[in-house]
Amino acid sequence: MSFLEVKDLQVYFPIKGGIFNRTVDYIKAVDGVSFELEQGKTYGLVGESGSGKSTTGRAIIGLEEVTSGQIFFEGKDITDKKAKNKNFRKDVQMIFQDPYSSLNPRKRVLDIVAEPLRNFEKLSKQEEKKRVQELLDIVNVSTDSIYKYPHEFSGGQRQRIGVARAIALKPKLIIADEPVSALDVSVQAQVLNFLQEIQKELNLTYLFISHDLGVVKHMCDNISIMYKGRYVEQGSTKDIFENPQHIYTKRLIAAIPDIDPKNRDKQFKFRQEVAKEYRESYDTYFDGDGLAFGLQSISNTHKVALPEKG
Amino acid sequence: MTNELLKIKNLTTSFRIGDEYYAAVDDVSLTLNKNEVLGIVGESGSGKSALAFSIMRLHTRAKIEGEISLNNRNIVEMSKSKLNKIRGDEMAMIFQDPLTALNPLMPIGRQIEETLFLHNKRLGQQGRKKRVIELINLVGIPRAERVYEQFPHELSGGMRQRIIIAIAIANDPELLIADEPTTALDVTIQAQILDLIRELKEKIHAGIILITHDLGVVAEMADRVAVMYAGQIVEIATVERLFENPLHPYTRSLLNSVPTEGQDRLHVIQGVVPSLKNLPRTGCRFAERIPWVDASYHEENPTLHEVESGHFVRCTCHKHFYFLDKKEEQENVVS
Repeated sequence: MSFLEVKDLQVYFPIKGGIFNRTVDYIKAVDGVSFELEQGKTYGLVGESGSGKSTTGRAIIGLEEVTSGQIFFEGKDITDKKAKNKNFRKDVQMIFQDPYSSLNPRKRVLDIVAEPLRNFEKLSKQEEKKRVQELLDIVNVSTDSIYKYPHEFSGGQRQRIGVARAIALKPKLIIADEPVSALDVSVQAQVLNFLQEIQKELNLTYLFISHDLGVVKHMCDNISIMYKGRYVEQGSTKDIFENPQHIYTKRLIAAIPDIDPKNRDKQFKFRQEVAKEYRESYDTYFDGDGLAFGLQSISNTHKVALPEKG
Repeated sequence: MTNELLKIKNLTTSFRIGDEYYAAVDDVSLTLNKNEVLGIVGESGSGKSALAFSIMRLHTRAKIEGEISLNNRNIVEMSKSKLNKIRGDEMAMIFQDPLTALNPLMPIGRQIEETLFLHNKRLGQQGRKKRVIELINLVGIPRAERVYEQFPHELSGGMRQRIIIAIAIANDPELLIADEPTTALDVTIQAQILDLIRELKEKIHAGIILITHDLGVVAEMADRVAVMYAGQIVEIATVERLFENPLHPYTRSLLNSVPTEGQDRLHVIQGVVPSLKNLPRTGCRFAERIPWVDASYHEENPTLHEVESGHFVRCTCHKHFYFLDKKEEQENVVS
């Protein structure tokens, strides 16, 4: 039994139109995605905007309705609405992208961090306060600041308050949706270090959604690349960066700016080559609708979307 | 000397908070040559955008002191009508957010045409349309005639950013200021836009100021780089030297906090960027973020020192700076 298993997940959004505002078509935001997560590891989900990576994350935690497919968390199907699964809500938490809009500006830090505690645990005022202080201590925010409001903190501090809220109930899985893309590099470093630290302490599993391949490379054990609602490649960080198979993955990797100005010309040429290859071999990698094919295993850890042979 | 396009001397841009003025750009001096890309890096709050807006004179309420001369004419003292003549013509700006920089109610074609209409009276209606189509093609958008009629919401983010670039280069500006041109875009689109800016530089021979917080973008694009912290330039050098031999503690810390291969932990700069009101106005502004460096190593009034030809560093503290977690290495070097 794997820790989290997603089977053929589909999330469609209806397009309304016509006389009676009927559903005329669907946008296939997530179109048949399957994967498994092991506990204690970090999984990266990479793609451009509109690829469906955030929708996948939101569907797992229940913020989007699943059109079809199943999600098993520790063996239990959580898409089954009749079986109320309170534990699941406790065990899976989310860190949001923008620390400026994910904290209620009219609530004090105490109330923000204590909200999940109030929902699931009956604590007295003193106990609650103590727990919040402990949590703030973990995320390195001064414990006297529990009566302050979000606007009194910097971006990095706010993001860490968001993390404190996410780990308040000792979850097992954290879905981090672009947790650092709104932050400056130095603050980004702070949050990333810190996420790695608490992962070790609490044995957390991360589903790390990002468009920044540099950050994903640094953080993740396993990476999946998404394009138009489908997986195009899945593998260990080494597989993806050292042996990319799908042309789309290659293109993404080629697009990362090189930090060494001496490689500038080399990088430019490399990018042109990849762009040429992309144009020429587009038909071998994508079907008639411009979508990726199903995943085929090419090694134990590495899967690529290729047309079936024959 | 003839190559010099823009010269900024002792520029100070201050904003009023309450009854007092606080300098967001503090005594900045720079030069930009023709056909050169100058990268300006810094975190949010370092004053890099305030600097760009000062050059374009887009701040309405700020107090600007010092000298900004474009082709030997001082922009700071220019009247509004004169400014309107230069803006969009001799100098132009590429704005950060392609979603908000375009008018949602105006067709793309007309938005590009507007700047031609204002600055290039000799072109007739037909000539303008022809030029707009040419520009749309130039920035790499297919089916230009169709796009001409379309509205911004019909285009993707990358396409909109291209339109903004098309507007900026419509009148072949000599000075192009790009304020975080790719921050809102995906990596693949970013690569395309950067390649486009590079190509355009070859074509129109403009001087480009590229403002970004992404060190990778700077490494790929710039000829020279200025690093800003708390309103001041702390280091300025050619891009090769800056990445090979960064000196100022802030530059080194920034470079160290980017995830690269074989790094377990990323470097974190202690403390936070001070807000405008709480900026230390005397002494080394970076001192409070590297408290382990002895106070006596900082200059009382740090100035830019030329350490090698064309490479300037502010304050003397860089000679004694080391990373806390690499203290031993540093001591070995010294002994």
